[in-house]
Amino acid sequence: MPHPTDLSLLEAASALRDGQLSSRDLTQACLERIDRLDSQLHAFLALTPELALSQADAADGRLAEWRRDPASPLPITWGIPIAIKDVLCLEGVPTTAGSRILEGFRPPYTATSVGRLVSAGAVILGKTNTDEFAMGSSTENSAYGPTRNPWDLARVPGGSSGGSAAAVSARLCFAALGTDTGGSIRQPASFCGISGLKPTYGRVSRYGLIAFGSSLDTVGVLARSAADVVPLFTVIAGHDPLDSTSTPDPLPEVRLDEADPRGLRIGVPQEYFIEGIQPDVERAVRAAIEVFRSLGAEVISLHLPHTDLALPVYYLIAPAEASANLARYDAVRFGPRRSESSLTEQYLETRGQLFGSEVKRRIMLGTYALSAGYYDAYYAQAQKVRTLIKADFDTAFQAVDLIACPVAPTTAFAIGAHGDDPLSMYLEDVFTLPANLAGVPGIAFPVGFDSHHLPVGLQLNAPRLEEPRLLQACHAFQQATGWHKEQPPL
Amino acid sequence: MPLTIEEVRHIAHLARLKLTPEEEGRYRQQLSAILDHAARLAEVDTASIPPTATVLPLQAPLRADEPRPGLPLSLILANAAASEDGMFRIPPVFEGEA
Repeated sequence: MPHPTDLSLLEAASALRDGQLSSRDLTQACLERIDRLDSQLHAFLALTPELALSQADAADGRLAEWRRDPASPLPITWGIPIAIKDVLCLEGVPTTAGSRILEGFRPPYTATSVGRLVSAGAVILGKTNTDEFAMGSSTENSAYGPTRNPWDLARVPGGSSGGSAAAVSARLCFAALGTDTGGSIRQPASFCGISGLKPTYGRVSRYGLIAFGSSLDTVGVLARSAADVVPLFTVIAGHDPLDSTSTPDPLPEVRLDEADPRGLRIGVPQEYFIEGIQPDVERAVRAAIEVFRSLGAEVISLHLPHTDLALPVYYLIAPAEASANLARYDAVRFGPRRSESSLTEQYLETRGQLFGSEVKRRIMLGTYALSAGYYDAYYAQAQKVRTLIKADFDTAFQAVDLIACPVAPTTAFAIGAHGDDPLSMYLEDVFTLPANLAGVPGIAFPVGFDSHHLPVGLQLNAPRLEEPRLLQACHAFQQATGWHKEQPPL
Repeated sequence: MPLTIEEVRHIAHLARLKLTPEEEGRYRQQLSAILDHAARLAEVDTASIPPTATVLPLQAPLRADEPRPGLPLSLILANAAASEDGMFRIPPVFEGEA
């Protein structure tokens, strides 16, 4: 039997059911691996070993019962150790969103997505690192220091769910929750060589998620394959009365055994193969599209004509929403307080001192875009152009079932590579922003390596609520290829 | 068109952010570059295009207004920098105006 952390999530679930391994075995193996490797990676902001072991023991009790009555229902996640991005609340466990302004915050309640996984027997190992308030593409904006890429410790894991991506890639956990507002699941999944699903906007409850851009935020899953994403996604998807934006549509059963790309119409948008894309990335992405063709898919060239406007639209709408959402950090109800000479001074000093530079930049940008005299030119115009970007997808999906494109123009870049140049960092998101603006689901998964042996990802997008189609296509690719089984040299 | 330092200070005050002079200079330059990039949105003809505030097809859903217990007060106050008599304590707002 291989080492427990080398098992896929599905293999581990099967070993738990057979009684070959206990949840305590899996949990201890993950905690030992975290202990050995996380000082280099810094994927975790908080570990919860006592909680994890008590959850594991409880899971083992239920698994023993199940073995006496194997016909009783038991979610695949039962007894599986996972990690949670530190923007999702878990009652009583420190939750910082990577920010000093939430240092010491212990949420009084648990996010619906996290609570559903706990109810489905998952074991919570800890909270993973993130760019502050999920604002970033590298995890370098965490107030608690960057996470490192398991494939090359001098490089970023992507972001903002970089801690979750690094933890899954380094096999510190079997899967993790992340969030995606402009690419924050797909881009780190791509940089770390794993599979990451950004669901349809509204598919997964955001109750207990620390809000960033409310018309864009989604909660999703990072794991080592589509097959390993499915069990967590199935648990967290679905309507939540505590989130009025969560969709009432039930998630149909995701039947990976029925995955068959024959006849699938895959659109390839010409606007995504731009000058500046790393040649290794374009080569691997085009080769992956050829794999789909060889599996029987029909590949169709198409246009998403407003693609180049997604970046300015996003970087007005997301900061505008963030500036409103982050107004709550006023040092009254939570967080440390700086200065008490007056209430205004308390706001100015606390926010000035404890927000990081990217967060302040985006609050300023959003405040400007919403301010009197500039609202129509910036925010209102961005919302109108957003309509055109969404219409590009609506039109495309009349002709194709899926859209295939790169996740990011480059592979993982060196820590510090973008220095203090925000615009050059924003350009990293150019291929992931449109799906958030349109609200459609996307999945990123590994399809090759560049000349430095860094993973390259492919992105697939589907129409609203068609995550099963995305997962089936990704699974078919992973049945036919072995890129998702490659492991970083740790 | 680059932002002026006065505009940067005005935005920072609206956003309740105290900036150092160094930050004011840096944000002036960086925000100007970002807004410059966004300026091309103005070239798009949107006269007949409605804005998208949300991609959801839903109308605002309603639920029954049924009383249920909230979180315990002690848990709510536990994260506050200061509390007193079951309330959040903040610096005086109207001091001297009585």
